[in-house]
Amino acid sequence: MQLDLLSALNVERAARRAAVLVTNLKGGEQRLVREADVAADPLGEALQSRLRAGKSGMVEQDGQSFFLTVQEPPVRLVAIGAVHISQALAPLAKIAGLDVTIIDPRTAFATPERFEGVRLVPDWPDAAFAAQPLDRFTAIAALTHDPKIDDLALAGALRADCFYIGALGSRKSHAARLGRLAEQGFDDAALGRIHAPIGLDIGAVSPAEIAVSILGEIIASLRKKPLRSNAPMQAVGSLA
Amino acid sequence: MLSTDDDLLAAAEAWRRAGRGVALATVIETWGSAPRPVGSHLVVDQDGNFLGSVSGGCVEGDVVTEAVDVIEAGTAKVLEFGVADETAWRVGLSCGGRIKVYVEKVA
Repeated sequence: MQLDLLSALNVERAARRAAVLVTNLKGGEQRLVREADVAADPLGEALQSRLRAGKSGMVEQDGQSFFLTVQEPPVRLVAIGAVHISQALAPLAKIAGLDVTIIDPRTAFATPERFEGVRLVPDWPDAAFAAQPLDRFTAIAALTHDPKIDDLALAGALRADCFYIGALGSRKSHAARLGRLAEQGFDDAALGRIHAPIGLDIGAVSPAEIAVSILGEIIASLRKKPLRSNAPMQAVGSLA
Repeated sequence: MLSTDDDLLAAAEAWRRAGRGVALATVIETWGSAPRPVGSHLVVDQDGNFLGSVSGGCVEGDVVTEAVDVIEAGTAKVLEFGVADETAWRVGLSCGGRIKVYVEKVA
């Protein structure tokens, strides 16, 4: 691979844009196809289905074999609430390879002493999302128990089509939360995307155990089905 | 693939820019119970230092050796490992799967 091609691939990754590296296995020729240019490429259809599934693989065309390296952005976890569960969730998620950010406007909670080495944003979720937008490669866990904070985050996550949206709270408080979000115009399909009570049902009790159950649920959402496609990809797909 | 790996391609670029000879190995096909998915990378330098994995440890040694050759020769290669393969008895994919690995130089 030429260094400038590798460099271009890394630029796409850093900008959180999907891209595919096409390698002709016979001659070794390579090209980078950015997500925006997929439809115009000779291998357009194959590239599109690979991108949608998020999986690299071989494709045969005109008697030639190509390997498609699908690169999608690193998966992020945004935890809302610099709370006890987040103190366990941040290091666990980091080990699992997620890029972790914690958002909490309550500066008494969001202190570097409590979260060493973790990116902390001491701001309201909507302001934090404006500075660093959510996308479909982001998981959100709303953990503050405070509707003033969590509702803002959940609304933002639903609009950004985050691949995982979880919210802490009992069934009763979740029902109240769904009522508030419905008033904001979210339909049942959108509200059904919120995992609540949050986490896999493993009988978790301690904050660390709950963190494990949340991380398990995030990984299941990530790996058990393809990520939800974003709108432009669906629009292109419907033409085919 | 959707990457939660360490940023191997960024490391490959940094190594190359630092003047090291670098090869990139990529799992391009798997059959049976292969330990690492298609698209997994191993980054190797001319001294055999490496990052990442293509098999969870079973065949990395052979891939690194081949990668060092690729850095010298400059020509990409496809390597195949599996139980039916004689090298498998030597390096072994104990899971019984087969994998194909593409090794290319970062020029």
